Amino acid sequence: MKPVPLHEQTVKDEKGRYQRFHGAFTGGFSAGYFNTVGTKEGWTPATFVSSRQQKAGRQNARPEDFMDEEDLGDHGIAPRQITTTADFASGRKDVIRDKARAITSLSAPIPGDTVLEDLVAPARSSMGVELLRKMGWKDGQGVGPRVKRRLCKQRADSATRAFGSASPPNGSSESQDEEDGEFLPENLTFAPKDVTPIDFTPKVDLHGLGYRGLNPLAALRGGPGAGHINLFTMDSDRTNSLFGEDRKGQRRRGGVAGQGFGVGAMEDDDEDIYHRDIMSNYDTVLGGEEPGDGLYGWTAPQQYNRTKKDAAYLGKILEGFTLASDKLETKTIFPPPNLPRDFRPVHYFRPVVDLSSVSPMVAQALQTSRGHMAQEAPSKGGRHQLDSAQRRELLGEATLQGITESLLNPSRFAPHAEQQQQEALSVWSGPTAQAQTGQTFKPFERTPHKQARYDLYIDQLKQGDRDALELSLDPTMTEWERGRERDEFVRAALLYKPSSSSLSCRFTRGKQDDGVEADTVEVTRDQENDVDDKQAAVKMKMFGKLTRDTFEWHPDNLLCKRFNIPDPYPGSGFVGMPKVKRDKFSVFNFLTVSESPTASASPAPQGNKQSPSEPGKRSRWDVSGQAGDKERKEKDPVSEFLSVARIEASGSGPEASTTDGPTTDPTVEVLVPHYYIHH
Amino acid sequence: RVSGVFHPLIFSRPTSFSLPVSFSPTLSLSPPPLSFSADGNYLLSCGSDKSLKLWSVSRGTLLKTYSGHGYEVLDADGSYDNSQLCSCSSDKTVILWDVATGQVTRKLRGHAGKVNCVQFNEEATVILSGSIDGTVRCWDTRSRKFDPIQILDEAQDGVSSLKVSEHELLTGSVDGRVRRYDLRMGQLHVDFINSPITCVCFSADGQCTLTSSLDSTVRLLDKSTGEMLGEYTGHKMKGYKLDCCLSSKDTHVLSCSEDGHVYCWDLVEGSLMLKLPVGKAVVQSLSFHPSETRLLTAMEGRVQVWGAEPEETEEDVVVVQQEKA
Repeated sequence: MKPVPLHEQTVKDEKGRYQRFHGAFTGGFSAGYFNTVGTKEGWTPATFVSSRQQKAGRQNARPEDFMDEEDLGDHGIAPRQITTTADFASGRKDVIRDKARAITSLSAPIPGDTVLEDLVAPARSSMGVELLRKMGWKDGQGVGPRVKRRLCKQRADSATRAFGSASPPNGSSESQDEEDGEFLPENLTFAPKDVTPIDFTPKVDLHGLGYRGLNPLAALRGGPGAGHINLFTMDSDRTNSLFGEDRKGQRRRGGVAGQGFGVGAMEDDDEDIYHRDIMSNYDTVLGGEEPGDGLYGWTAPQQYNRTKKDAAYLGKILEGFTLASDKLETKTIFPPPNLPRDFRPVHYFRPVVDLSSVSPMVAQALQTSRGHMAQEAPSKGGRHQLDSAQRRELLGEATLQGITESLLNPSRFAPHAEQQQQEALSVWSGPTAQAQTGQTFKPFERTPHKQARYDLYIDQLKQGDRDALELSLDPTMTEWERGRERDEFVRAALLYKPSSSSLSCRFTRGKQDDGVEADTVEVTRDQENDVDDKQAAVKMKMFGKLTRDTFEWHPDNLLCKRFNIPDPYPGSGFVGMPKVKRDKFSVFNFLTVSESPTASASPAPQGNKQSPSEPGKRSRWDVSGQAGDKERKEKDPVSEFLSVARIEASGSGPEASTTDGPTTDPTVEVLVPHYYIHH
Repeated sequence: RVSGVFHPLIFSRPTSFSLPVSFSPTLSLSPPPLSFSADGNYLLSCGSDKSLKLWSVSRGTLLKTYSGHGYEVLDADGSYDNSQLCSCSSDKTVILWDVATGQVTRKLRGHAGKVNCVQFNEEATVILSGSIDGTVRCWDTRSRKFDPIQILDEAQDGVSSLKVSEHELLTGSVDGRVRRYDLRMGQLHVDFINSPITCVCFSADGQCTLTSSLDSTVRLLDKSTGEMLGEYTGHKMKGYKLDCCLSSKDTHVLSCSEDGHVYCWDLVEGSLMLKLPVGKAVVQSLSFHPSETRLLTAMEGRVQVWGAEPEETEEDVVVVQQEKA
C-alpha cells in the first residue's frame, strides 16, 4: 500500500465536511511512518503464531523493550550507567558500612564484638585478590619479591611505641634475630611487608592534634579502664588511621565480662559481681617485662647538657622543650605614625560660597556633602571604635541609602522616643529627602487635618528643625491625643522614609488607591428619568418629553476632527458622559424621598421601592439624582396623570414590563385597568 | 407618490445551493460609483459563509469576493468613493477592505461580542460599529492605531443597529432605547421605545428617525422633540432583527416582516400601501436605492432587486443568488 501523505490523511463526515477533532490527533501517532506498517518503509509488527502443532513461544518482554532513549538516559526511570557489580567491587573500606557495623556492635549481645557478622560475612573479594591468592599471596603480606631479612615487628604494640621514635637500634633487633635465628634457617625469605595505604585526608576538624574523642567502649565498660578517659593519647588517631585499624590487640577487647571470668555460686566474695574486667589488664604474651625503662634507648633532648642557661627560663620551659640555639629573626614592626588630633584623611576644597549668605538648606547640603564632615566628632572612642557610618564619613564615601544606623547600634533595640525623633530628623533632613518632590506617601489621607499637620511636620523635618514634632501638633487637642499623634508621626516618618533616588525611579505610585476608595463607584452624573413613567408614556403613545432624555455628552476631540465639526467642549478633559463618584452601598440608596403630590403618594413609593433590576453602571437609586430628576419633572398635572396611568398600566398583567415592583398597594389593585380593556 | 406593481424578473443562474438556515445575508446599496462604468450600481452582500461579495446590480454578476472574517459577516458598508469597504462579523472584528485589491487594510479588534452593525461616516474617516456587548466603537481609518477613538457604552444591552449622518450618530439598542449622539452640540438624546429595537434610520431630510422594534411596530419619531409622528403596524416582527427603511424621497416606510413579505406604508397617512410577497421565509434585510426607485431585499440566500414598473416599459430586475461555496 502506498504511504498516504499527511495532507491526504483527513477524515470527512457524511456530508463531505472535514471532521473536527478539536485538538486530538494533531500530534500524529501513526503506526510506523505515515501508515507504513508492514511495508519496507515501516516496521513489521511482531507476529504471534500459535497453532495446535506449534505453540507460541513465550514472549518475554522486558520493561526495557518499551523504554525509549529518554527513559534510559540519565534522568529516566531506568538509567544505564556503568556500575561495579559486587564481583568487581573494590576492597576499600566502606565508611558507612563500617559505621553501621560499629553502631550495631554496641547493641549486640556481646558488645563490641561482631562475631556473628564475621561469621556470616559474604565472601567478597576482587578478582585481583583472587589471582594473588592463587599465586601464593596471603592476607596481610606485601606484594613483591621476597626479602631475606626478617623485618622488625610490624604489629608492635602501638601503645608502647613512642611517637616519632627512630627505629630501635640495631642492637635490639639483632638480639631478636639471634633469638629467633635458632629456629629459622638462613636462607629463609619472607614476603615483604605490606604497604599500608596512607590516608591523605586532611585534617578538617578543629580538634587538637591527637584528639580522638570518647571511645564508647571504654566509657561504658566501666572498670579500671573507665576511670580516666584519656582523649589525647600519645599516638594521634591520624597515625592510627594511617596504619590501619586492624590491630590484633583490639579485637578481643570487649569479650569478657565479670571479674576473673565470672564468680561462682559458692564464692563468698561476690561484692563486685558486676565488675567488668578488661583483657588489657592481662598479658597476652608470656615473658618478662620490657627490658630497660621501656624507652628503648630513647633519650630526651639535651636539656641537661646545656650550660648556658638562663635562669629566668628555668621554670618556664615546657617539659620536653629546650632553649633554642639560634635566635629567630625578629620582625621589625614599624608603628603607625601618630596622627594629629584633628587630622582628616580627606582633602576638601574650600567652598566658594559664603555660608552665611545662602539659605540654610544649601548651607547644610554643602556641609554634609563630601568632604565636609558632620558637626560632631566621629571618633568618640578613638580610631578603632568607629562604626561603619563613621568610617564612611572619614573616608568620604557616598552614604548608603537605607538603614542609616548599624544593626549593632544598641539604640535600635531600645527605641527611645528622642532617638526616634532624632532618627526621623536625620532621615528627613538629609539631601535625599530634599530631592523628594511630590511622591511622598500620605499616611493620613483620610483625615485631612491630620495629614496637614503631618505635612507640616515633614516640612519642618526637612528643614532640620528639631522641634518639628512639637510645632506641628495641634495645641487644641488633648494631651493624650497629642501624645498619640506624636508617636504616630514619628513612626510614620520613620516608616515612610524618602526612598533613594536610584531606587525610587523603579517605583511609582499606583493609579488606583484600592484601600481608600473601594466603596465608591463612578456613575454618570445625569441619570435617566424613571422608567415606569416612560413605559406608561409609550403605552399611551405619548412620545416626546416623557420618553426623551437629553444628556450632556462629550465627543472625543479626534472624533470631532474626523467628522469635521468643531469640538463642542473644547476644554473638556473627559470623554463621554460626565461621571461622578457615588458610594457603592449606602443606606441612602434605599431610602425613598417622596416629593410627588399627595394624590399619588401611594403609587410613588411603589415605584421607588423597586429592587435594582439593572445592576451595573448606573445607580439609579441615588437620592440626589432622583431629587434632581424630580425637579426636572413636568408640571404636576402631567405627572399626576402619569402616575394614575402607571397604576393602570402596572395593574394590567401581561403588558406590564418586567421591572415592575412586586408590591402593589392593595388599594390600588381595586382600580379597574382601563387601559387593558381598551387594548 | 409611487404607484405601480413591482415585478421581479428572475435572472437565471445555473447553480443554486441550498443553505443551512442561519443568518441570511444583509445588504447595502452604494450610490453609483465614479470609477466604475456608468451603468454600475453595485451591491454588497455579506453572508454566513464568512465572505463579503460585491455584485453588479445591472448585470447580476459577482465582481469580487472578500474573505477574511472568521465567522459570518453581519453587516457591511462602502465608503463614499467606493475605494474602501468595512464589514463586521460575529468574530468580533471590524475589517476595513481595499476594494480593488481585496486585501484587508485593517482588522479592528476590541469588541467583546459579535458586531451587529457597521457604517462609514460621511467622509469615510471613521468607522462606527455597534456590537452585542453594548458598545459603539468609533475607529479611525486615517491613523494606524488599533484602538478606537471613542467608545460609547451608554447602552445597557446590545446595540443592534446604527446610522451615521454628518454630525450625528443614531444607535438602536436591545434595551429599548434609541440614542442619538449629536457631535456638534455635544448632546445625547435618548428616546425610550420600551421594546428591543431592531433597526434605526434617518430620514432623508434629517428631521425624523425611523425605528422598528420587536413589538411589530415601526415608529417615526421627530428628531428634535422625540415625538412620534407616525406608527406603522401590520407586519410581523417578533423575534428577528429585520430591517426597515424609508424610500428615497421619504414618501414611504418600508419594513421587512417575518411572514415573508415586505410591507410598504405611506409615510404621511400610515396606511399600508403594498405587501410585497418576497418568499416563504423571513425577509431579513432591505435597502432602498438612494436615488432611484429600487429596492433590494434579501431573504435566505437570495437577493432580489425590485424596481418600479412604470407604465411604459418594464425594467429588468435582477435576482442575484448568493453563492455558497
